[in-house]
Amino acid sequence: MPLYLNDEQAMLRDTARDFVGTEAPVGHLRALRDAKDPTGFSRDLWRQFAEMGFTGIVVPEDQGGLGLGHVEAGVVMEEIGRNLSPSPFLTTAVAAVAGLKSTAHADTWFPRIVAGDAVIALAIDESAKHTGRVEMTAERSGNGFRLTGTKRFVHHAHVADLILVAARTENGETVFAVDPKAAGLAADPRRLADASLASEVRFDGVAVDADAVVGEVDGGRAVLNRILGAARTAAAAELVGVGAGAMDMTTAYLKERKQFGQVIGSFQALQHRAAHLYSEMEVARAAVLKAQQLLDAGDPRAAEATMVAKAMTGLATTLSVQEGIQMHGGIGMTDDYDIGFYMKRARVLAEMFGDAGHHADALARANGY
Amino acid sequence: MTDLDQFRADTRQWLEGNCPPEMRQPVRSEKDVCWGGRRAVYQPGQKEWMDAMASRGWTVPDWPTQYGGGGLSPAEAKVLKEEMAAIGARNPLSSFGISMLGPALLKYGTEEQKLDHLPKIARGEIRWCQGYSEPNAGSDLAGLATSAEDAGDHYIVNGQKVWTSYADKADWIFCLVRTSKQSKQGGISFVLFDMESEGVSTRPILLISGYSPFCETFFDNVKVPKANRVHDENKGWDVAKYLLGHEREMISGMGLGQGTGGNPLIEGAIATIGLDESGRLADPMLRAAIAEFDVRARAFSAMSERFIDELKAGRAHPAQPSMMKYVGTELNKQRHELVMAAGGSDALEWESEGSNGGAKARAWLRTKANSIEGGTSEIQLGIIAKRILELPGA
Repeated sequence: MPLYLNDEQAMLRDTARDFVGTEAPVGHLRALRDAKDPTGFSRDLWRQFAEMGFTGIVVPEDQGGLGLGHVEAGVVMEEIGRNLSPSPFLTTAVAAVAGLKSTAHADTWFPRIVAGDAVIALAIDESAKHTGRVEMTAERSGNGFRLTGTKRFVHHAHVADLILVAARTENGETVFAVDPKAAGLAADPRRLADASLASEVRFDGVAVDADAVVGEVDGGRAVLNRILGAARTAAAAELVGVGAGAMDMTTAYLKERKQFGQVIGSFQALQHRAAHLYSEMEVARAAVLKAQQLLDAGDPRAAEATMVAKAMTGLATTLSVQEGIQMHGGIGMTDDYDIGFYMKRARVLAEMFGDAGHHADALARANGY
Repeated sequence: MTDLDQFRADTRQWLEGNCPPEMRQPVRSEKDVCWGGRRAVYQPGQKEWMDAMASRGWTVPDWPTQYGGGGLSPAEAKVLKEEMAAIGARNPLSSFGISMLGPALLKYGTEEQKLDHLPKIARGEIRWCQGYSEPNAGSDLAGLATSAEDAGDHYIVNGQKVWTSYADKADWIFCLVRTSKQSKQGGISFVLFDMESEGVSTRPILLISGYSPFCETFFDNVKVPKANRVHDENKGWDVAKYLLGHEREMISGMGLGQGTGGNPLIEGAIATIGLDESGRLADPMLRAAIAEFDVRARAFSAMSERFIDELKAGRAHPAQPSMMKYVGTELNKQRHELVMAAGGSDALEWESEGSNGGAKARAWLRTKANSIEGGTSEIQLGIIAKRILELPGA
């Protein structure tokens, strides 16, 4: 399979670019932020995502979805990134679907996800830095379990219809699908730098039935790996979109802004920096597509390719937004101008599901050093 | 089973039966690379492997069969590459004929030139060198002065080239000469001639690595038949640029590291420094640097795959080789800096047997030319800025 988008995927990209660029450009995020919107995204927009079929992009066809893969989900993610559009697409339509696929929960939740009626949150992190380790406990209690512990950095938890949460059970880890309205569960949403809302979610002996288990008891690591594999690749694709969007803005500005009687893009010092940035973004984009293709093929090399994709996009997009502000000069520091929004979103995404350092470390461990 | 699956199965079987065991060892130094040519000195297995692959046209899998190629489709060529990688098979033949002149001849050569030169390149019979840079024409390549005077059915070539890689080992040269002073780029022609021609001499240049891979090459009234000119007179710059694109692709491949067996950087670091009780390299700062490098190298490897796929499908931006060359060479320099850091004082030895004659130190120094040869990193960045990002000229 060649490592570029095929004709159908390119067509999907054009559709997604057109749709997201029209319905949810950066101004959409700005308006939500200025209104101190308590949801964190527009439910109207989410329903439009459903009308476009995007919410069911990786849901199997026989369950009402489009039956496509990580490559196609990534195509949509990249456009979301390019426009900084707030939506629960990553957690709900990509990561949660990957986690619930082929489990008893799919029949209940896939129709609602496809219809744009459900928002699903991922409760994974327990400290300010992502570690991938699970300390939260789920103790056997009657026919079910009691969950105790605190999860952090959980986007959409305060408005979610379902929270997927990982906890330690007797002989391993288990993933549970929990109703956010359950007694003892409290989501405390905090506004982040990029205007998104992420909660600290406290589980104070939350009682769940045995049928809340996703997959097998003590078999949660496999489910968690599916969720994280999908989430990291999707976040990497979104980062490519953020980095590309910032780079395009910056390149356009270099062609328009004049100083010393000429456009600043004619100065070699800036040309070389812009060209270096372009190179980094190209490399990052290739790394993401490679990871997506391997995931779709069920290839065991997908695990390392995902680490590379998340780390490389973190590095490249961080460069893109920094160069973006620097090359814009003073105007780049103003809230009126959009480039700062890109920097804030990039920082949140770089941290999400493990930063570049986390994944470089994981890659080193996977390779025996 | 699809045709491609069948091709994969057949290829796997053929490689298994024909690739000598010595040719499945990782490439550890320049000597392990097979260049071919009239004066080639082969290591055990090298010639058999080259000949076996050449018999199927697989030294140049995607060239047409009538020119000694394999006539493979892009998908088949990719399968061959994957199957070779799977058994750690070395590249049977690396040469400037394959990576640079061949593609230019396929595009610009006459039928006679193609039939004359391409099969000999494919079989490794003739080793080529590149006469581009001159003492006063480096980054400003089109400023070259080597003259080719019209003498009826031939030219008389006079002048000097520099940084001619392996000129002292090459059989033929492809060379840029000035056929007109009316125009800078529009006065250049592209000619081919035998290095044994009367009036050609070479002098190796001793480099900081202690090796002499480059030469000064002198032309003193060298007679070159006009039939050896590729493309029209004064149109050589088109050929030169096209060929440079391929040269940049080749050099960018260095960013992928040598060979396919294991990772010498990481193995070397573990051997010298060791692992701590948690299984991590015992030097945490170096470990972090290597790990980030590994992320970048693997991402570049994906980029390289994507670039080749796009190129074969005619989808790559024409200036994309500049990006590949820039990133690949900067990565290769970084790789060798890390190899040196991982080796500590062992890697500094210059002559000892244990250090394989200072292989690490010399290879490290050699890589410093990567971001200079074939157009400096700064030249590549300028090309990316102007041709891809469409930023205005100064």
